[in-house]
Amino acid sequence: MNLIVAAVALLAGIFVWWLAVRGLTTKSWEAQGTYDGRDAAGMAGPAAARIGLWVFLAVVSSFFALFITAYLMRMSPAVVKGVDLRDWRPVAEPGILWVNTALLVAGSLGMQLASSALGRGKFELANLGMLAGGFCAIAFLAGQWLAWHQLQAAGYYAASNPANAFFYVLTGLHGLHLLGGLFVWGRAASRMSRGRTATAATRQSVELCTVYWHYLLVVWLVLFGLLLTT
Amino acid sequence: MSYVAIADQHAHLHDPQTFLTKYVWSQDHKVIAIQYMVTAMAIGLVAIGLSMMMRLQLGFPGTFHFINPSSYYQFVTMHGMIMVVYLLTALFLGGFGNYLIPLMCGSRDMVFPYLNMVSYWVYLLAVLVLVASFFVPGGPTGAGWTLYPPQAILAGTPGADWGITLMLVSLAIFIVGFTMGGLNYVVTVLQARCRGMTLMRLPLSVWGIFMATVLALLAFPALLVSAIMMILDNHLGTSFFMPAIMSLGDQTGHKGGSPLLFQHLFWFFGHPEVYIVALPAFGIVSDLISVNARRHIFGYRMMVWAIVAIGVLSFVVWAHHMYVSGMNPYFGFFFATTTLIIAIPTALKVYNWVLTLWRGDVHLTVPMLFAIGFVFTFINGGLTGLFLGNVTVDVPLSDTYFVVAHFHMVMGVSPVLVVCGAIYHWYPKMTGRMTNETLGKLHFWFTFFGTYAIFLPMHYLGILGLPRRYFAMGDTYFIPDSVQSMNAAISVAALFVAASQLIFLFNLAWSLKHGKPAGGNPWRATTLEWQTPETPPRHGNWGPELPVVYRWAYEYGAPGYKDDFVPQNQPPDGRIPATHGQANHG
Repeated sequence: MNLIVAAVALLAGIFVWWLAVRGLTTKSWEAQGTYDGRDAAGMAGPAAARIGLWVFLAVVSSFFALFITAYLMRMSPAVVKGVDLRDWRPVAEPGILWVNTALLVAGSLGMQLASSALGRGKFELANLGMLAGGFCAIAFLAGQWLAWHQLQAAGYYAASNPANAFFYVLTGLHGLHLLGGLFVWGRAASRMSRGRTATAATRQSVELCTVYWHYLLVVWLVLFGLLLTT
Repeated sequence: MSYVAIADQHAHLHDPQTFLTKYVWSQDHKVIAIQYMVTAMAIGLVAIGLSMMMRLQLGFPGTFHFINPSSYYQFVTMHGMIMVVYLLTALFLGGFGNYLIPLMCGSRDMVFPYLNMVSYWVYLLAVLVLVASFFVPGGPTGAGWTLYPPQAILAGTPGADWGITLMLVSLAIFIVGFTMGGLNYVVTVLQARCRGMTLMRLPLSVWGIFMATVLALLAFPALLVSAIMMILDNHLGTSFFMPAIMSLGDQTGHKGGSPLLFQHLFWFFGHPEVYIVALPAFGIVSDLISVNARRHIFGYRMMVWAIVAIGVLSFVVWAHHMYVSGMNPYFGFFFATTTLIIAIPTALKVYNWVLTLWRGDVHLTVPMLFAIGFVFTFINGGLTGLFLGNVTVDVPLSDTYFVVAHFHMVMGVSPVLVVCGAIYHWYPKMTGRMTNETLGKLHFWFTFFGTYAIFLPMHYLGILGLPRRYFAMGDTYFIPDSVQSMNAAISVAALFVAASQLIFLFNLAWSLKHGKPAGGNPWRATTLEWQTPETPPRHGNWGPELPVVYRWAYEYGAPGYKDDFVPQNQPPDGRIPATHGQANHG
């Protein structure tokens, strides 16, 4: 659990610091009867959706960090009173995972292209980037599915070793998160394919999808690194 | 940020038209809040019923033949899980969080109203899945509310067929639903406060609910992770948690799994969960005490800092639930230390409540009685927590009634007293009518003395060494016969307390039609929810214009004003704010 404690300490540190810069030391009882115009906010604006996404990413980070902690704790060797309890047999990762990783990187680049093109008003290019981002993600999922099949064929069953089980669970959960992202992406993409220009809502939708794509790429790189090295 | 452009989107809030969109598929935070409250209280009544069954067995063993060891464990498990997760978490965050955050922050609604509505329906689904487990073959799980493997999923534990799976699925659904709601609560507090409402002008209720939501968002994933892995162990035969083990004479296919890993994950959720329940209670009690003592809360800044500090510290104390699991003594020492450190900000809050009362103009209204009852009970439960936080004291006491008494005092009775007080306090805003005060006082005294009659003797039973979790005590030489009479007395007290909750329910139902009209601000409170143009507030809360806040939430007894309180939205020159005209639409 050391890892998760460090992660939570970091998150908590950021959170407390962030609260502090927002005036946590104000003596609000002394400043009565005045309104200095600071710290004014309103209803659900574009900022709310962006902050909502970041809070959600913090939740997902906690989720994956806990899984990674469980992974490390489960694999750590134990020899108790001379009895060797070490049962971790590393998975031979199929080579297709490298292709999948490249696809996910390409998807992230595609989404980045889409959002920066929308920012510069190049709608056609944005549409292209959007499609590239989505289809790369779909291809990634198909590739992961293939990797599962190859592992099954090679006899790496979920029940036979914790390393196999963790492989399926971690890749599966990462895939599910991507699938959820594709749902949102699908709505934004269909809105873009119907119009000639992007509304503010569509622009934001694309921008948030891009953040999510980058985030899931980072999660995948961490998971992939973990799976490769253990 | 250009708040002017986005501050007032009243036109964008499509007003609900039909009965169905107004009360069922509603996106109005107030309706969703009441849906959460009613559902949570309904499932809470089931949990009270289960605890009565347990008490019948413990008080009068052998009398009730429909209670056997299996069903007893099922009652224990379901009582615990329902009370902690489906009642208290849902009621404080889903119920009061939904109702109070937009009103106290001066916004029209949550920032993602649709997500908010879905959150409730997903919560309801989780409750239904949980209830369904009573009707499947084998019944609900009897693994204890901590669901420790390996026993939770082995044949022989009640509910190993279906119950445990339904429990884990229900928890997973609950977490998904809560995440939707939790995103709303956090982002609304951060982004949708009205003009002038700085973080340090927020009422402490909002601070407590806000911090509890942050904890829940970070801690519930630990429960989700363990639920997923346990479902896989159970159904795919993986060995995350399951060691090599014999079950009913047969070797299972599992090997090498770590039950201790589950305990770490579970308590990494489980301890913050205590504060997920306690922090909203802390916040709400601060407001109840301040309003009814007609005095500003003592040490507002420290109260906020303490809430934040408790929230952060609550993530590094989880292993104090696992002292008996056989851990490295240095590990235990570390967690004993952090556990005792967390007592500092908590004690600070208690001092501040007491100092707020000191020389205050104390009005012993029903909510105030519950608030003071909470401070009493929380001190009692907290002090025994200091005992149990020490490894050497915890080890002999861990499996006795002492622990049952401790956690029921600190996270059972205390938060429930706050829930009752808070409902009496905000009922006038929700319905436009006051509750009956005599019935309320009766309810308070019966509940307060009744729960002490239940849980104080349990401390003593625990020190005697009476083991918890036992269906029946049998012949144990160190347990005198008089223990049985005390157990019977506790059961009578428990039945009495459960029955006296009917007064509460009757009061709530009766006052809906026959209560005294409340007016907009019956408690003469400063916070924004009491300054709405209509009571109960309509969709959109504030009429045409959002309020503007000029001061903190605790301006009581300030010199130079006509009343002894100054609403947060009253401008400094004494003008009557636009939304101050009170009308009653009860």
